[in-house]
Formats: sequence, structure tokens, C-alpha cells
Amino acid sequence: MKWFRTLPNNLWAFARDYKLAAVGGALVLLFVGVAALAPQLAPYDPDTVSLRESLARPSPRHWLGQDNQGRDLLSRIIFGARMSLYISVSSIGMGALFGVALGMLAAYYRRLDMAIMRLMDVVLAFPGIIVALTTIAILGRSITNVIIAIGIYHIPQFARLAHGLTLTIKETVFVEGARASGESDAAILTRYILPNCLAPIIVQTSLLIPGAIMTAATLSFLGLGVPPPTAEWGSMLQNSLQWAQLAPHVMIVPGLALMLAVFGFNVLGDGLRDAMDPRLKKR
Amino acid sequence: MTRYIFKRFLISVPILLLVVTLVFLAFQLIPGDPARMYVGVDASQEAVEKVRHDLGLDQPVLTQYVNYMSRLAVGDLGKSIYTRRPVVQELAPRFWSTVELSLAAIVFATVIGVLLGTLATVKHGTGWDHLLTVLSLFGISMPVFWLGLLLTYVFSVQWHLLPSAGNETWRHFLMPTFCLSAFSLAFITRMTRSSLLEVMAQDYVRTALAKGVREAIVVGWHALRNAMLPVLTVVGLRFGYMLGGAVVTEEVFAWPGLGRLLVTAVGQRDIPLVQGALLLFGISFVLVNLVVDLLYGVLNPRIRHR
Amino acid sequence: MEPLLEVRELRTHFFSRAGVVRAVDGISFRLDRGEILGLVGESGCGKSVSSLSLMRLVDRPGRIVSGEIVFEGRNLLALSKEEMRRLRGNRLAMIFQEPMSSMNPVFTTGSQIAEAILVHERVSRGEARERTIRLMRLVGIPDPERRFRQFPHQFSGGMLQRMMVAMALACNPSVLIADEPVTALDVTIQAQILDLIKELRDRTGASILLITHDMGVVAETCDRVAVMYLGKIVEMGPLASIFETPKHPYTVGLFASIPRLEETVEWLQPIPGTVPSPLNLPTGCRFFSRCPHAMPRCAETEPPTVETAAGHQVACFLYESGGPA
Repeated sequence: MKWFRTLPNNLWAFARDYKLAAVGGALVLLFVGVAALAPQLAPYDPDTVSLRESLARPSPRHWLGQDNQGRDLLSRIIFGARMSLYISVSSIGMGALFGVALGMLAAYYRRLDMAIMRLMDVVLAFPGIIVALTTIAILGRSITNVIIAIGIYHIPQFARLAHGLTLTIKETVFVEGARASGESDAAILTRYILPNCLAPIIVQTSLLIPGAIMTAATLSFLGLGVPPPTAEWGSMLQNSLQWAQLAPHVMIVPGLALMLAVFGFNVLGDGLRDAMDPRLKKR
Repeated sequence: MTRYIFKRFLISVPILLLVVTLVFLAFQLIPGDPARMYVGVDASQEAVEKVRHDLGLDQPVLTQYVNYMSRLAVGDLGKSIYTRRPVVQELAPRFWSTVELSLAAIVFATVIGVLLGTLATVKHGTGWDHLLTVLSLFGISMPVFWLGLLLTYVFSVQWHLLPSAGNETWRHFLMPTFCLSAFSLAFITRMTRSSLLEVMAQDYVRTALAKGVREAIVVGWHALRNAMLPVLTVVGLRFGYMLGGAVVTEEVFAWPGLGRLLVTAVGQRDIPLVQGALLLFGISFVLVNLVVDLLYGVLNPRIRHR
Repeated sequence: MEPLLEVRELRTHFFSRAGVVRAVDGISFRLDRGEILGLVGESGCGKSVSSLSLMRLVDRPGRIVSGEIVFEGRNLLALSKEEMRRLRGNRLAMIFQEPMSSMNPVFTTGSQIAEAILVHERVSRGEARERTIRLMRLVGIPDPERRFRQFPHQFSGGMLQRMMVAMALACNPSVLIADEPVTALDVTIQAQILDLIKELRDRTGASILLITHDMGVVAETCDRVAVMYLGKIVEMGPLASIFETPKHPYTVGLFASIPRLEETVEWLQPIPGTVPSPLNLPTGCRFFSRCPHAMPRCAETEPPTVETAAGHQVACFLYESGGPA
């Protein structure tokens, strides 16, 4: 638990040295906080329609204005954050779970290696958005399917990472020793290989979250993601297309939220990567 | 070198086969009755059965697969359910549109990206470097469709400078190209910067300076030539992605490309068209990767000569 | 006779977040025409930084803080960047430790040597090529026409270092700085390269500053030796004088710690103590913490440089009066 007590000190030093990453970290915290506390934070129910106030500009009662159906934009943004967080974490989690398992198995059992990794290559042969589109085409449009669609694309990425890591760790002395003393394959995989893969996997996860948020919003924008009337930044942008000329705020606000969330993660991820790279000379 | 080329080709072939097979399999999984979709909801059962027989959908899966592959070999991708025209006819012009747009975008992104990346390296540690770093981080975080909407709002709606849809004139190219290139531009800038910084720390750069070569030439020729190797790989991959990732840009600007076709086809459950589009995406991506690998082999003397 | 190169109180410091590292802190020496001066010392003593300073190739966060480098009558530190560039590779040349990484991997070795000529002289590419091939023959590269078109990865370490020597000599420099030129090579190749360097000095009359940590290399090649410790020159003199009668306790310690063929010893004698941190240099003599003859005044003031015999200088209080203590 010692590291836990030194965490505040380390965080402060980190923020001082990497100001940009600190900004990113703050944005990410804001995003996660808003998403987690959405029901408490949102001033209105995001789905309440009020057609009389359609496309209202920002006002004291509705800080960000209202969309074409009179729904409070601020509340929809807040719940949209919740949805984005939910989708991205679930899909990356799913991708990591299956991907790491597949990668580890492929590296450990040589007979499976060719088959599994070629299959991964094939999925990677398509741009991510296309894979997601196709999955939605096959499975239909729902939040769960969006998660699956985005998750599927990430499986090969984690598989490749785990595959490489497992190959290296497999050759180390302590794995040899474990095998010599008769430990079962399952034990070796879980007790020796998996823990050593964790750190790079976690880093990879944090680097992939912004992409997942973006893909989810893109799918919704194309009309193939989260079904209406659920609040989601991408579908809000889709909705704003028709009204952009009359009420630009309906278009600007969700896009800005999306960009800031993704930006925060990217900047933070960048800073984390730099901080952990021993080769980089500090000025 | 020839061994390298041969090996690369050899790896691509099974992947291509798997891609084609995967597309076939994916469509066995679609819920609903493709035959009925083809004919219409209120057609008679006989009509549906007839179509099912015509399309060969009543055959066992393996036979269907063989038919599929043999038709593919001659370039027959079937007919679109919606327009009743051969899929190949629908795909060809759309594919070319997407290629045009992607080419314009990748050239723009590469030229400007390398320039900015070099600038950031030369001004390493100063305000310019930080500014460029932040800007490129914004660039990779920018939602493409939002950028497109903003650009359309400013340039089409407010200022009436540029057209917002279609691809007839050169003016139509400007906004979609910029939009599509944004991410790659930022990405290439960052890659160039990091690659060039690494190269500048190498011994041979010091040797070149010790010879008395002008600093501008050391950076722009000696260093950049080495730094470009990984960057070019990235450029190639980005181009491959753009072919598919242009989907969003095409939607926003009503660009008649392959991505837009795919979205429409998915919405209409036009199975042959979706299949054909996917095949085209997969194959072109694999081919682009192959070309990138080959180019890398040519440019890297360590591979080119023994 | 006017020395070809004279360095006066050169100081090169590195400015980092952790503090200032005074890598080269006031060294002075001269290099005469046609002589080979060896600059010896342990890793971290500042010899490489000294050589880079002479070429004004010190990069951030390092900077030449003060001093003079007088070469052919001009102070190099007062020249503009462009004037200095015209001298580099032309009148002053340098070769480095790792030949494998010192050549650009994507250009042919021949073109890189030819470039050294083309940068400074108005000749045709053809003539540059001819001269390069002649240079390659001079340094002992067999089949130079074919080798010209080859890439660095197709050469062995020794061959590549010969190419580096050829590149450095392309414009007939008066001074060649060789920074650990043989350290990365096999022992047999080392001897070949050192012979090559000596031969070229005889032929062209160039002066050579040879930087190394290997006393054996020094004994093979140098006319004079300068011993560095923590950014300062502690002893300097003719080869024979230094080797037969080393004066500074550090030099004595260096020789004592080298195994010799002629005698068998039970234990090697390393110099006791550790090198102080370059960030936290002590006042007074820098060798104080490890010196067997340390006196109280050694910790207070820096010892002056004193000439004890013809051309033999020491920086040590032991010799203050001018003769052995």
C-alpha cells in the first residue's frame, strides 16, 4: 500500500513536468466524473420533449440551449458522456479479454499460432470503421451490437500485443523452471505470463479508448449506431445536420464535447508514454 | 531482394483468400431471408422460392462457396438487389471517386505533414515545437464529421465560397480533401517529428556536420532520408485506411464514393452490393500493404542489397 | 615555431535540470605541426567533449563557455557559424569511435567520401570520385571501384574505419582529431588502423589529436601525451617522459593499475576511492579524494600547473617548487 500514499506526490510531480498531459488528465477526469454522476448532474431529463422550445438558444434555464425537439442540450451532453464512456470501456474491455486470450494461446501453443494469427491479420485487413459497419449490418442496430462491433475490431490489436509479449516471456528462465517442475500449462499462463503482460496491455487500453469513443460516435452519426432517442454525441450531430443553418449551437456543442473528450485521452496517453520512455531526455 | 518480394507476395495470397472467404461467411450469418428481400415483402411464396433457386441460395453452403469463388474468379459479383444492375458496374465509378479523394488527401497530408514535422524538429524545445505538438494532438482528436460540418457551415452556408456536395469541379475537392486529410496530417507530422528527432541523435548526423555539410542539408537530406523510411510506411497504411475511412467524409459532403455506397447498401440490406464493397475494401487494403512493403524494401538499402 | 593549434583555458559546460556539469573546465594545450598528441583519461573525464569543442560540435544542453582555440592564427570560437563550417572537414577533420554507426546507412560509402570533397572544393563529381578512389587505395581498401558503390552494412568494422579515415583526409586537413578510433575494433585491426594513421601523418604532415583511454594505444602512436581527469589536464609531456617518470599521482596510479607482461603481480592496484560526481565537484584539487599524497591545502585551492622537466607539466602541489617533492 506504500505506493498509494506516495501517489499524490507523484501525481503533483507528473503534472508539473508534463503540463500538457496534466491538462489531458484533467479533461479525462472531467469526462469520467460527468459520465459517472450523470443522473445527479443533469438539470433535466435528457429525453423530455418540449416542441414549443425547439432550437432555443442558450439561456439561464438551459445553459447550452435546446435541440430541435426542445430537449435540454446540456443534459443530453452529460448523458452522452455516460453513453460514450460505457460503450468505449465495454468494447475495449471485450476486445482486450478475447484478444489477449487468443494472443496468449496462439503464442503458447505453436499449432494454433498460424491459424489464429492469420485470422487476426484478416480482420486487420479492413479499416476499423468498415468492420464495425459490417458487424452492425449483420447484427442489427442496438447499443450492445455497437459494443460488439467496436470490440471485434480491437481483438486483433490486443491479440498481436499479447502474442508478442507471450513469445518473449515464454523463453524466460523462470517459465522454463516452472515447466521443468511440472506446472500445468494453465498455471504457467495465468501465474507467470499474464501478470507480465498486464502493464503494456493497460497502456494499450488507455491509448485505444479515444478511438473507441470516436468510432461509436461515427457509427451513430452514420445512422448505424445507438438508436434514437438515446442521447449520444454522434447521433446528436447527425440530428443537427438539418438545423445547422438555423441553430449552429446544436452542431457545435456535441462536436466540441466529443473533441475535448478524445483530445483529453490522447494527450494523457501521450504524456504517459513519454513519462515511461527511458530513452527520452528531459530538457 | 527478389526473395523479399517473393516472400511478401506469398504472405498476401492466403490473406486475400481468407478475406474473400470471411466476407462470404459473414453473409451466411445475416438474419432474414435474402431471397425475400430480393423479391419484396408481399411477393408470393413461389416467387420467393424461384428467386431462391435462381440465386442458388437453396444449395448447401459448401456448393454456394464454390460457386461464389468461381464467379469471383471471373469478376462476377452478382447483381444489386436495389438497382438490379451488376455490382461491378455500381462499384467501379464509386471506387474511383474514393481513390481520387484519398489520393488528394494523402498527398496533401504527406507534403504538409513532413514539412511541419521537420519544422517542429528543427525548432525542438521552443514555442513553435510545442504549438505544433498541441495542434497535431488536436488534429488526431478532431471528429472528421464535425470538422466537415464546421467547414460546410463556414464556407458553404455563411460565405458561399465552396460547394457543399458532389464532386464535379475542383472546388468540390477542397473541403472534403482537407477534412479527410486532417487526421493523417496530424499523425504524419508527429511521426516525422519523432522519427527525425531519433535520426538527428545518430552518429552519422554528427559525422556529416563534422565534414562541413551545411546544417540545412544535413537535416533536409542526410537525416530526412533516413527518417522517411518509417514515415513512408505510415503514409501507405494511412492511404489504405483512407479508402475505407473516407466513409464519413463522403457522407458529410455527399461524395459519390465507395464508403457512401456501403452505408446506403447496408441500410437497404442490399447484400450483393455490401459483399462487393467489402471485398473491394479488403482486397485494396491488402494490396496497398503489399505495395508499402515492397516500397520499403526498395528504399532501405539493407534489404535492397543482400 | 608557432603551434598549429593552441587551446587556452577552454571551458565547456552542460546545463541540465539537475545542475551544471563542468565537463571541460579550463584546459590548455598546443598541437605542433606533424605531431601526434594523445589525450588520455577515464570515461567521463571530458576528453571527447574537448574534441567536440574544438570542432564546435557541442550540442544542447552543452555550450562552450569561455576560452580560446587558436588555429592557424584565428580564434575558432570567434568565427561565425558559416566560417567554422568551411573549416570543418576541410582544414580540421574528425573521426569517431563507432565506424558502423558513423556512416549514413542509406548512401553509398563512396558518395559520402566524395561529398567531403564536393562540399569544400569546386570540382566535378567525376573528379571527386577519382580522388575518392585514390584515397580509398591510400588507406588500403582493396578493389576500390567496386567498394565505392557499396553501403556501410556491407563493410567490416576495420574497413569502414579506414573509409572514415579516407573521408577525414579528403581535403588534406592540417589537423585530424581521432576520438577513440580503434576502441570498437578487434586488437589486430587496431594495430592496422594505428599504423595507417601514423603512415598518413608521415605522408601528409597532418597533426593528430588522438583521444583514447588505452595506454597501449598511446605508447604505440603518440609523440606527446596529455592526461585528463574530471575536466582538467593534470599532466602533459613527451611520451617517454610521461611513461618513464609519471609525476601526477593520478598518472602514477593509472600506470600502476595496468597489468604488464614482464612482471607477475598478486593483485592489480586500482586507484582507491570513486570518481566524485561531476555535478558536485570539490573545491581544490579534483583528485584529492583518491590521492595517496593528499595534503590539507589540496582541498582548498586548485594546484597550479608547473613545468618540471623539458616540456613536462604537472598540476600538483607536490611539484610546486619546480622539482620532485
